[in-house]
Amino acid sequence: MPKRIYITGIGIISAIGDNVSSVFSSLETCKSGIGEITLFPTLHQGILPVAEVKLTKDQLLAMTGNSDSCEFTRTTLLGMIAAREAVESAGIGDMTTWHSGLLSATTVGGMDRSEVFYGEFLENPSHGRLRNIVNHDCGDSTERIASFLGINGLVSTLSTACSSSANSIMFGADLIRSGKLDRVVAGGTDSVTRFTLNGFNTLMILDKRGCHPFDEHRAGLTLGEGAAFLVLESEKVVEKEGKKPLAELTGYGNANDAYHQTASSPEGKGAFLAMTKALEMSGLYPGDIDYINVHGTGTENNDLSEGIALERIFNPVPPFSSTKTYTGHALGAAGAVEAVISILSIKHGMMFPDLNWSTPMKELKIRPVTNIVRDLSIRHVLSNSFGFGGNNSTLIFSKIN
Amino acid sequence: MESAVKNRVYINGTGCLSPQPTLGNHSFLEELVSEVTIRLKAIDPNYKEFVPPEMVRRMGRIIKMGVAAAKTCLSDPSPDSSPVASLTLAREGSKPPSGGWGVGVPDAIITGTGLGCIEDTEKFLGNMIRNNEEFLTPTSFIQSTHNTVGAQIALLMGCHGYNFTYVHRGFSFESAILDSLIQLESGRAQSILLGAADELTSNSFRIQERMGFWRRKPVDNLTLLENPGRGTIAGEGAAFFLLERAEQPTTYATLDDVEMLFRPNSSQEISGQIVQFLERNKLTTHDIDLLLLGRNGDSRFDSVYDEVTRNTFGEVASCGFKHLCGEYMTASSFGLWLATRILRAQRIPDIVKVERKPSGLRHILLYNHYRGINHSMILLSKA
Repeated sequence: MPKRIYITGIGIISAIGDNVSSVFSSLETCKSGIGEITLFPTLHQGILPVAEVKLTKDQLLAMTGNSDSCEFTRTTLLGMIAAREAVESAGIGDMTTWHSGLLSATTVGGMDRSEVFYGEFLENPSHGRLRNIVNHDCGDSTERIASFLGINGLVSTLSTACSSSANSIMFGADLIRSGKLDRVVAGGTDSVTRFTLNGFNTLMILDKRGCHPFDEHRAGLTLGEGAAFLVLESEKVVEKEGKKPLAELTGYGNANDAYHQTASSPEGKGAFLAMTKALEMSGLYPGDIDYINVHGTGTENNDLSEGIALERIFNPVPPFSSTKTYTGHALGAAGAVEAVISILSIKHGMMFPDLNWSTPMKELKIRPVTNIVRDLSIRHVLSNSFGFGGNNSTLIFSKIN
Repeated sequence: MESAVKNRVYINGTGCLSPQPTLGNHSFLEELVSEVTIRLKAIDPNYKEFVPPEMVRRMGRIIKMGVAAAKTCLSDPSPDSSPVASLTLAREGSKPPSGGWGVGVPDAIITGTGLGCIEDTEKFLGNMIRNNEEFLTPTSFIQSTHNTVGAQIALLMGCHGYNFTYVHRGFSFESAILDSLIQLESGRAQSILLGAADELTSNSFRIQERMGFWRRKPVDNLTLLENPGRGTIAGEGAAFFLLERAEQPTTYATLDDVEMLFRPNSSQEISGQIVQFLERNKLTTHDIDLLLLGRNGDSRFDSVYDEVTRNTFGEVASCGFKHLCGEYMTASSFGLWLATRILRAQRIPDIVKVERKPSGLRHILLYNHYRGINHSMILLSKA
C-alpha cells in the first residue's frame, strides 16, 4: 500500500529571483535570467552567456547572516538560502520534532573555491590556502546546510550529474515511504564555475545565443546556477499538524539509458523508461498529465531523444516547455528548480513558455508552449531531468484533491 | 519474526579491489601486503581482463577499479559452489546476459564515493589553469562526473535499471546501502549491485597531508593499530556486493540494517543509538559475536571506539581493519567485505587481531566513523 508523499514547503534561488515569489513573478512576466558572465574572469566572457544568481558572494553571506567568505562556498550559500525558505514556507519552527533529514545534491560541490586553491597549489604543492580546499567535496555544503537548519537526523548527498536533485527528491520520498523518516528537506545546489563552463565548452554544447530548447536551430545549453529544496512530509505529519500541502509527489522513476557516457540514445530509451516507471507508480494514464516541464537543455541530442520518448509515450503529447530558457541549466540543482516551477504551475494554474522558440524540429511533430497560459486547472505535472552517465529521472507532481 | 525472516537481504557475491590481494576471491587474506608507509595503494590488476582493450587507456583509474570489483562480484564463484554465472542465468526472472559480462544484469546499481573521480577532476582543472582555458579536451571533464563509476558499469553490461550515486563523506557507502535495502524491501528490485570506490592521487594525498590527516613518519601498516599516534595512513579501494532477495548457493551472509549518525554529541549518545539499532533488529549487545571497528591508529579519533566498546560491548570480541586498507571516505566498504567473508568462512584471518575470541560467528556489527563527524553502523548475519 503506497503511502502518500506531500510537499508542504518550497524554496528557490535562481537567476530569475532569490525566493519563490520573485521567481514566480519573473516566470509570469517572461523575464529570463540569462546574461553575461560576471562571477569570475574567463576567456568566455562576452561570448558564452550564463544564468547567474544576481547577487555577489558578500550579498549571499549577508543574507545568511555570515561573514567568513572562506568558510562558505557559493554552492553552500545558495543552498542555505533556498533550504531555509522551504523550511519556513512549510511552517516548521523546530526541525527536531519529527524524524527529519536533509538530502542535497550537487555536481561540483565547492569547486568555486577549489579553482582558486589549485592554481596556487600547482605552482608549488605547499602553496594554496587550505581554507579554500576544505569545502571541495560534495558533502561539505550539505553538512553546512544541515547545521544551518538545525537538522541532526539523516544527512546525505547525491551526485548523478544533471539529474542529481530529482534523485534526492526521489530518495527523500522513499525514506518517508519506508518509514525511516517523517520529514525530508530534499533538493540541490550548484554554482556556475570556470570548471563546468569550460567542461561543457569542450563538448561544444553551449549555445552562444542562449539556449533554444526544442527549436530546429538549437545549438546547445546555457549554464545556470541556483538551489531549490522541497519539504516532503508523510501523511502522518500532515494529518497531525493539520497542514495544507502545496502538492503531492505521486510518481517517480529513475532509469539508465546505458547508451553512451554523455549522449542520449536515439530512441530515448532511458527517458522512456523513467517516464513509464513514474506513470506506473502514480497510477496515472499518459492522458492524465496536463503539462510537462521537459529536461529540454537545448542540445541537439537531448531534445531529439527526449522528444522521441515523449512521442512514444503520449498521444497526443500534452503541452510542454523547457523553463531552462529562464533559469539556465543549473546542473545539480536543475531537477529541484524545475520541481518548484512545476508546483508553481499547479498552484497558479499556469504554463510558462519556452522563451526562445521559433522553428519546429523537423524530426518531431510536437511544439513547446511559447506563450504564457493562465487560468488552467493543472492537476498533474511531469518533470524530467536527465544527466551524464545516461541517468534519467522523472517526477510527477499532483494537485491535492 | 517470520516476516522479518522472509525479508532478509542476501549478499550473494563480492568483489574487492584493495591494497591487499583481495580481488581474486580465491584466498582470504593469506598473502598480505606489509609496507612501511603512510600511503597504501590499491593493487591494480591487469585491467584488460575487465575492460574492453580500446577503453583501458582512456578510462580513469577509479572507474577501472570500480569496473574490476563489480565484474568480479557479479561473476564471483564463491567458495565451494559452481560459478554464479550459470546460476544467475537459471534464476527465475533474471534477465539475459549482456555486454559480454556473461552474467545476469542486476535490477539496480547503487554506489557511493567520497571524492569521486579526482584524478580526472585534477587533470581537467590543471589543464584549464595551465592553458588559460584554451586547448582543452572533454575526456577528463566527462569522466570527472561523480556518477561515472556506476554509469560505466551500467553501460558496459547494458543495465537500464535504477542507478544512484551517493557522495557524502563517511556516509557515501552507507547511504548506498540504505537505498539498496529500501529498493529490495519495497520489491522494486530483486537484485542490486551495491558498491563503493575511492581513489587516492598524489595531489589529494598531499593536500590531506597538509591538513594533518596522515602520520608524519611511515609505519608498518600491519602494526598500525597497535601503535597509536597522531594521524593515520591513507588508503583507497573499490568493493562491490551483489544483494538479492533470495538465498543462493553462493550466499555469503545477510545484510540486515544500516544506520548513520551525523555529528553525535558524545560517546554515550553513540552507545545509546547502537543499542536502539540492535533492538530494532531484535538483538542485544550480547548477540553480537564480533564488533568490527573503523579504528585507524589516529589517537585523536580512535578514543571514540574505546569509549563505545567500554560503555556498551564489554565482553564482545572486537577488531579493526584499516591497517589493511588505509583510511578513505568509503573504507567501510572494505570492512563490509571483510565481515562478509568472515561470516561465510566462519573464521577470522590471523592478521585481523581480535581482542577476546568470539564463541561463534553469527552476527557482526561494523561501527565506523569518518573524522568524528559521520558515524555509521552496519549489521550483518550468517545466512
